[in-house]
Amino acid sequence: MTMRIELEARPTPSRLAGWFSPIAAIAATVLVGCILFSALGRNPWLALHAFFVLPLATPYGLAELLLKASPLMLIAVGLSIGYRANVWNIGAEGQLTMGAIFGGGVALLLHEAASALALPVMLLAGIIGGMAWAAIPAWLRTRFNANEILVSLMLVYVAALVLSLLVHGPWRDPEGFNFPQSRMFDDAALLPILWPETRLNAGLLLALATVAAAWVFVRKSLAGFQMRVAGLAPAAANYAGISAKRTVWLGMLIGGACAGLAGINEAAGPVGQLQPSMSPGYGFAAIIVAFVGRLHPVGIVFASLLLSLLYLGGESAQVNLALPSAVTGLFQGTLLLFLLAADVLIHYRLRIVRRVSVA
Amino acid sequence: MDQVVQLLALTLAAGTPLVLAALGELVTEKSGVLNLGVEGMMLVGAVTSFAIAATTQSPWLGVAAGILAGAAMAAIFATITLSLLANQVATGLALSLFGIGLSAFVGLDFVSVVIAPLPSLAIAGLSDMPVLGKVLFGHNPLVYLSLALFLAIHWFLYHSRGGLILRAVGESPQAAHAIGYRVVAIRYAAVLFGGACAGLAGAYLAVAYNPSWVEGMTAGRGWIALALVVFATWKPWRVLVGAYLFGGVTLLQFQAQALGVEIPAQFLSMLPYIATIVVLAFISRDAAMIRMNAPASLGKPFHADG
Amino acid sequence: MNAPRLKLSGIRKVYPSVVANDDVDLAVSAGDIHAVLGENGAGKSTLMKIVYGVVKPDAGTIEWEGTPVVIDNPARARRLGIGMVFQHFSLFETLTVAENIALALPVERAGSDLPARILDVSAKYGLPLEPSRVVHSMSVGERQRVEIVRCLLQDPKLLIMDEPTSVLTPQAVLKLFATLAQLAADGVAILYISHKLPEIQALCQRATVMRNGKVTGTCDPRQETASSLARMMIGAELPRTLHRDVRAGAACLIVRELSLPADDPFGTDLVAINLTVRAAEIVGIAGVSGNGQRELLAALSGERKSPIADTIRIAGASVGHLDAGERRALGVAFVPEERLGRGAVPDLSLAANSLLTAYRRGLTASGFIRDGAVEAYTAATIRDFNVKAAGPDAAARSLSGGNLQKFIVGREIRQQPKLLIVAQPTWGVDVGAAAQIRQTLIDLRDAGVAVLVISEELEELYEICDQVAVLAQGRLSPVKPLRETNATEIGLLMAGGLAEERTPASARQLDAAT
Repeated sequence: MTMRIELEARPTPSRLAGWFSPIAAIAATVLVGCILFSALGRNPWLALHAFFVLPLATPYGLAELLLKASPLMLIAVGLSIGYRANVWNIGAEGQLTMGAIFGGGVALLLHEAASALALPVMLLAGIIGGMAWAAIPAWLRTRFNANEILVSLMLVYVAALVLSLLVHGPWRDPEGFNFPQSRMFDDAALLPILWPETRLNAGLLLALATVAAAWVFVRKSLAGFQMRVAGLAPAAANYAGISAKRTVWLGMLIGGACAGLAGINEAAGPVGQLQPSMSPGYGFAAIIVAFVGRLHPVGIVFASLLLSLLYLGGESAQVNLALPSAVTGLFQGTLLLFLLAADVLIHYRLRIVRRVSVA
Repeated sequence: MDQVVQLLALTLAAGTPLVLAALGELVTEKSGVLNLGVEGMMLVGAVTSFAIAATTQSPWLGVAAGILAGAAMAAIFATITLSLLANQVATGLALSLFGIGLSAFVGLDFVSVVIAPLPSLAIAGLSDMPVLGKVLFGHNPLVYLSLALFLAIHWFLYHSRGGLILRAVGESPQAAHAIGYRVVAIRYAAVLFGGACAGLAGAYLAVAYNPSWVEGMTAGRGWIALALVVFATWKPWRVLVGAYLFGGVTLLQFQAQALGVEIPAQFLSMLPYIATIVVLAFISRDAAMIRMNAPASLGKPFHADG
Repeated sequence: MNAPRLKLSGIRKVYPSVVANDDVDLAVSAGDIHAVLGENGAGKSTLMKIVYGVVKPDAGTIEWEGTPVVIDNPARARRLGIGMVFQHFSLFETLTVAENIALALPVERAGSDLPARILDVSAKYGLPLEPSRVVHSMSVGERQRVEIVRCLLQDPKLLIMDEPTSVLTPQAVLKLFATLAQLAADGVAILYISHKLPEIQALCQRATVMRNGKVTGTCDPRQETASSLARMMIGAELPRTLHRDVRAGAACLIVRELSLPADDPFGTDLVAINLTVRAAEIVGIAGVSGNGQRELLAALSGERKSPIADTIRIAGASVGHLDAGERRALGVAFVPEERLGRGAVPDLSLAANSLLTAYRRGLTASGFIRDGAVEAYTAATIRDFNVKAAGPDAAARSLSGGNLQKFIVGREIRQQPKLLIVAQPTWGVDVGAAAQIRQTLIDLRDAGVAVLVISEELEELYEICDQVAVLAQGRLSPVKPLRETNATEIGLLMAGGLAEERTPASARQLDAAT
């Protein structure tokens, strides 16, 4: 008698498993974290405390949580619309950089102009910059059938080099002691602070507004519905007359616009200028936020808070436990892998099979 | 003339990590599996090989460790996609992000460490030949290993029964299963092989080519290797050509400075990435040709019925 | 040897949504040609997969030449001497004939003499093949020969043929029967799976009839009539459809010299297609699959645009350059041959699937979805077309094939099209639903709509069409009224696709068969 565990396809996907697997993935990641901390000679409970509780212990900490969650939810919600349609924009980090460059360029141009229009124009420029950078993989995919994952990724490296070129060269602050960074933006070119004594700025409102708009788009509009169909069944989309090209363009441009806006929000917010690194990898973390949030606006908001906490936790662990903050990146990747593994239960159930063997 | 010779020799060396990683990924894709985790596997291979080489003072042990580390990363991917039937694209990306994070974390202790690199092979007499000698001989052993790997893979795919079975699995896993071949086992083997090659490519970078550890030192070569497989329309000899071409392009940034050309360094650094984009667009535009050459089941999950 | 070559007793196989095999008994001896007869979904394919080791039974025993065996996998089945020719071929398109065959043989028998052995066997049984030819360049009939030769090279004692003639012309069917008769005379036992009554009566000495997973009878098909066999197969008389003689109106669809190269390396080019469908008439296009049906459908529906806009005109307008959505706006509706994944999105509700194509029928306002209107449209479709479903929110994949087809047909018809194009209207649909669908098409015609039906089932076309044409090798024969043609002529037109075969041997055989 032999026994085996087999996967049996479910007739309909399990919604319960769909909401349970992120929780399972988080639990597994925390467990791995505890094991890792023990292996590094730290008390796991102290480490967990430093990671998850300490960052939220003060009002400033809560403001930081929201501050970091803004770009994550903003980018993730834009990417999720594309992912639902099988448009794989992986270059959000590069589109974020371009948004910062375009918007920052406007800010530098309007230096000392003290105009009330400066900020809106900057934000618009940031959106355009992100969209322009995302248009490249969109065009190459629709015109040349080139894989948008690789193209958008390559452009991340290119964008970083363009920024480096600008802040080492023409846009370097003349009074900056030769550091590779631009002038600090004027007050008129900075996002207003929402919570006094913290860094939390109006970018949060923009992010939340975008999340709401995305929800309306996906649930209530015909175009949003058609993009979902394009991702679920491309043959049915073609049959229904949904243009595959339009789907790719919309998917890439929406993601690019959101990433570009996030980029200028960083430049006009906590960073306050242009420098070679504008984000601690928000563009990539947002991909994880999108998945953990099940590509759903509400899930994305929660997931962005979680990953924001992971960033803060890493910094807290560095200060309080002398652990490297690089542990953040490690946990983000681990979380996504566990999530993908746990997702098997959505479409399959486990079945123990007994087989009688006759020689 | 001397400069050209030196350039050719450097090109061979610069193209080797791409040869290794792309050939490994080619075998994986021939079985129908798309593994986007090459960048992550290369980085983990690099950091592991460097760490072991530094602690044991043996570059060869480091190389072995790098290979195993790459295979271990691939095993994670294989389990999630082949046994748990997850989406290959998402899992590959996740593996890369995980590998980037893991390598940064592990490598922290090794950032300024110096190791004894893998020695070059001075083959008696041959290295002193005027032109060919300098171009082909006097490289470190992994360069020769990469060429041997190319020959072995070519023979395996097109002149052995195992390779025939692998190609059949990549084209139609359902048909292969119906005949009785163990599709999942074959794919596991192909994925692990690809991971081992990516790990070896990373080890080459960290222990032979540029002996050091820097966070993210592969600089996107893993992604470029993926593009190379498409550019080569899944044929090993074209992978070789493409890898050396790209190796040459990555060298331009240094050569231009040497030739006294006044271009900002960042432009030259962009060239490999822009070249990848151009090449990808060029080769992909003939959708029919891609369909004819790409393994038909590439990226689709396989679940045996009943 | 008295024991039958293969004996199945009490075989049972259960899937989550259906009992595929329920206490099935079957016995076949050497030299028998034994039919397994039943409609789509009767359980025949599952039973054969169990015999071949692809699927494991949940209960029951298998005896091979008197001894109980367990068939774990196809390799074990092959070692016993069981060969199977699949309905949907399991060939590797980019590999050659010899490579395909080598993969199915154990290593010792796949040596360098294989091409010579292939030529031997193919000559002996009248199945001409070139070992070095790549499979994707071969026609469907040729590919089946590869499948058969592949089995024969393993010296099978039992050969299973799963719906072998669904892709063959009438002439090729005769050739196949000759091959099978010769094999039976050589002592091979043959299991012949089909739902085509006339063929089984011509070929087989014994038949096991299945319905809904159970055996409903065993008989000698030569002693039975088509009606008695049908009654065993479907449990009732074949329902008759009602026909009224209606005069055809103005031309609605006009196709002139449509030529389109296949966009798939393994597809069929369309060559100079001419076709007219008028209001209040049903035109049928016959032909075995693989002769350009997919390409023609895609070109007519708009899923593939044509280079010259004028080649396709609908209701007076040139539409070649329009996509499927734009053609719908002009009054075309289209029911594709794939239900799940093309006609409907499996994981979405029926309401969402209404929105898929009917969104112009007041289901949206300024780009936003009107949930109430969608719900109403869906409920009306379910009601008017007898769709058995839990409600508008039921997922499309939860419906049976017949009910989903009724829903899709209903959804399209309720858009009040001028032209309805239907592909394989009753494939995989139970008999009752099939009759309803055919009646619906006739009623539609009576109401003045132009209807184009593409089907592999000649009987179906004969039942509902006014005019018929044949698609072979990407070319369309002239459209003729049904009264002015017959099955033999249509069969010959379908065989017209064989005229391009290269080996002279096959041409001589074709002449001999006709």
